[in-house]
Amino acid sequence: MERLRGAGVTTVEPIVDEAFGRSVGIRDPDGSRIQVNESDRSLYALNAGARTAAAARLARMADLVVEARGLTKRFGGFTAVDHVDFSVQRGEAFGFLGPNGAGKSSTMRMIGANSPVTEGHLRVLDLDPATHGQAVRARLGVVPQEDTLDTELTVFENLLIYGRYFGLPRSLLRERIGQLLDFVQLSERRGSKVDNLSGGMKRRLVIARALVSEPDVLLLDEPTTGLDPQARHLVWDRLYRLKQQGVTLILTTHYMDEAEQLCDRLVIMDRARIVAEGSPRELITAHVTREVVELRFPPGTQDAAAARLDGHARRVEVLPDRVLAYTDDADALATFVHGQDKGMHPVATVVRRATLEDVFLRLTGRSLVE
Amino acid sequence: MSVRPRAARIPPAVRVVEGYARTYRRTWKGTAVTTFVSPVLFLAAMGLGLGTLVDRGGGAAVPAETYLAFLAPGLLAASAMQTAATDTTWPVMAGIKWLKTYDAALATPVSPRDLMAGHLGWVLVRVTFASVVFAAVMVAFGAAGPLGAALAVLPAALTGLAFASLITAFTASRKNEYALASLFRFGVVPLFLFSGTFFPLEQVPELLRPIAYVTPLWHGVELTRAAALGGAPALPALVHVAVLVACAAAGFPLAVRALTRRMTP
Ligand SMILES: Nc1ncnc2c1ncn2[C@@H]1O[C@H](COP(=O)(O)OP(=O)(O)O)[C@@H](O)[C@H]1O
Ligand SMILES: [Mg+2]
Repeated sequence: MERLRGAGVTTVEPIVDEAFGRSVGIRDPDGSRIQVNESDRSLYALNAGARTAAAARLARMADLVVEARGLTKRFGGFTAVDHVDFSVQRGEAFGFLGPNGAGKSSTMRMIGANSPVTEGHLRVLDLDPATHGQAVRARLGVVPQEDTLDTELTVFENLLIYGRYFGLPRSLLRERIGQLLDFVQLSERRGSKVDNLSGGMKRRLVIARALVSEPDVLLLDEPTTGLDPQARHLVWDRLYRLKQQGVTLILTTHYMDEAEQLCDRLVIMDRARIVAEGSPRELITAHVTREVVELRFPPGTQDAAAARLDGHARRVEVLPDRVLAYTDDADALATFVHGQDKGMHPVATVVRRATLEDVFLRLTGRSLVE
Repeated sequence: MSVRPRAARIPPAVRVVEGYARTYRRTWKGTAVTTFVSPVLFLAAMGLGLGTLVDRGGGAAVPAETYLAFLAPGLLAASAMQTAATDTTWPVMAGIKWLKTYDAALATPVSPRDLMAGHLGWVLVRVTFASVVFAAVMVAFGAAGPLGAALAVLPAALTGLAFASLITAFTASRKNEYALASLFRFGVVPLFLFSGTFFPLEQVPELLRPIAYVTPLWHGVELTRAAALGGAPALPALVHVAVLVACAAAGFPLAVRALTRRMTP
C-alpha cells in the first residue's frame, strides 16, 4: 500500500476475494490500477492450492471486461432486457446481433454506465457502474447509435471539446487529434463543419471521438447502420485495426455480415433475451447446416414445392418469397430439385454458405432485417 | 494512468463551461444583435420616445427623475431574464433531443450534475456580459451614472441566473418543444410587461399584485433599480436577494433530476 501511496495515489480500496472473504490486493477507487498483494501474510496463510485459486480468480477478474448475470432493464412495466448473461474478455471483439427492438442499445447503455441496471449483476472493468459510473465512463470509448456530433462545429472542435470532458490537456489533445484524424482518414476535413460531412465521415469522426481518451474498450452501437457498402468497409477496416492493436470491441449490429466479419464471439438477442452464444462458426455449426439452397418458385406453387422437399433436406424453411433448404450437400439437393418429374420448377436457385441470418431464422422463426 | 493530467483536477463543470465557450465562438453572431442592438433600440424608443411624453405629463408619474432613468434598470433586469430564457429553452432542447450533444457529454466522465452546473455557469457568463453591455448603453444614454450602472449588473445577473435555473428545469422535463413557445407567451412576456418594468407595480390592480410578488422578475427589477438609482427597493434588499437565490437554488436540483431521468433512463 505504501508503494502506491508514494506514487501519488492517496486513497486505495482493498480488493476482497469473495471466496476467502479477505483482502488480496488493492486498487485505487477509479479502478485504474490493480495491485495484487502477494506479500499479504493472510493470503500466504492459505494453503498453496487456495492461493493459486485466488490468484487465478484475480487474473480472471482483470481479464474480464464485462460480466453480466441476470442483467435486466425495465422501462416502467416494459422489459427491454430480460435476465441476460454474458461476459466479454479483454482483447476480443464481442457482438450483440439482433433485430430492432431486441434490447441491444439498452444493454450497451447499461454497460456504458449511462442507464441504471434494473436487476441483476453487472461489472464493467471490475467496477460497479451504479457506484463508479464516472470511473467506468472515463475508461470506455463510446460510439452511440446516433452520431451526437455538434454539427455547427468543426471536426477538430468536436474532438477537442469531447477530449476536454475527459480532463485531457489541450496540448496533448492537439497532437492526438491529428493522429486520430489520420487514422480515420479525415485529416483533410479537420476544419470542416460537421454539417458538411457525409454519413460515413460522420461515423468515422464519432469513432475518432470515442478514441480520444485512448480507451482499452470501445462500445459501438450499430457502427455502420445506414452507411453505403464502401463506407461500411472503411469502418470495418478501421475497427479491425483497432482489434489488432488490442482494443476490446463490444458492438451491436443487425447485419449478419458485420457480425461475421468483426466478431470473435457474439450473442444473438431477440425480444430482450439472449437466444444463443458462440463464435460465428460455432453458431452456424450448432444450429444450421453448412450449406443452404435458396429456391424461388412461381407464385402459388411454393407450398406444394416445399412439401416435396420433405425428407430430402435436413430442414425446410418457407419464407413469404422463397424457400430455404438446409442440407449438407447443396449440389446434390439442387440437382434433385431440377431433376425430371420432380414436379418442382424453381425460377431461381441459389446455393450458398449458411450465415448467421439462417441461425437467427432457425432460432426465432423470423428474419433479422425486415 | 499513474500521473494524472493536470486538467483532470479542473472540476468537470468548468470543462463544460469551456465547451460552451468554444461553441459560442462559432455561434455568437446569432446572439450579437440581441446583446448589442436591442438595449439601444429599447432605450431609444421607450426611454427617449415614450419618456418624453411621460415626463411632459408632469412629474411624480414614476419614482425617478426621468422616465428613462426609471425604465432603464427595469429593462436591464427584464433583458437578463430574456437572455436567460433564450439560452435555457431551445439550446437545452437541442442538447437533449436535436443535436443530442448532451448524450455525447454524458458518455464521458461528465455527470448530469456537472453538465447542468456547467450549463448554468455558462448562462451566467452570457447574462453578465449582456448586462454589462446594457449597463454601458444606459450610461451612454444618461439613464444612470457609471457607478449605479455598474452596481446594477450584479442584481441583473442574479435575476438571469434565477430564471436560467428554473427554466432549464422546465425545459429538461418537457418531452418536446411545444411547451417552450407557451412558456414565452404566458410566462416571459407577461412578466416582462407587468413586473414593474415599464410602470410601478402600484399601477397594477391590487388584486393582481401578489402575482408579481411571487415571480422573480419583480424582485430583480426592484433590486436592479435600487442599485442603479441609489434608492431603496420595495422590500428590504435581503428579501429580494433571498427570493432570487432561492429560485436559483431550487431550480438546479430540479434540472439535474429532470436531465438524469431524461438522459439516463
Ligand atoms: N427510454 C426508454 N423508455 C421506454 N422504452 C424504451 C426506452 N429505450 C428503449 N425502449 C424500448 O426497449 C426496447 C429495446 O430497445 P433498444 O434497446 O433500443 O433495442 P435495439 O437497440 O436492439 O434496437 C424497444 O422496444 C424500445 O422501444
Ligand atoms: Mg439500438
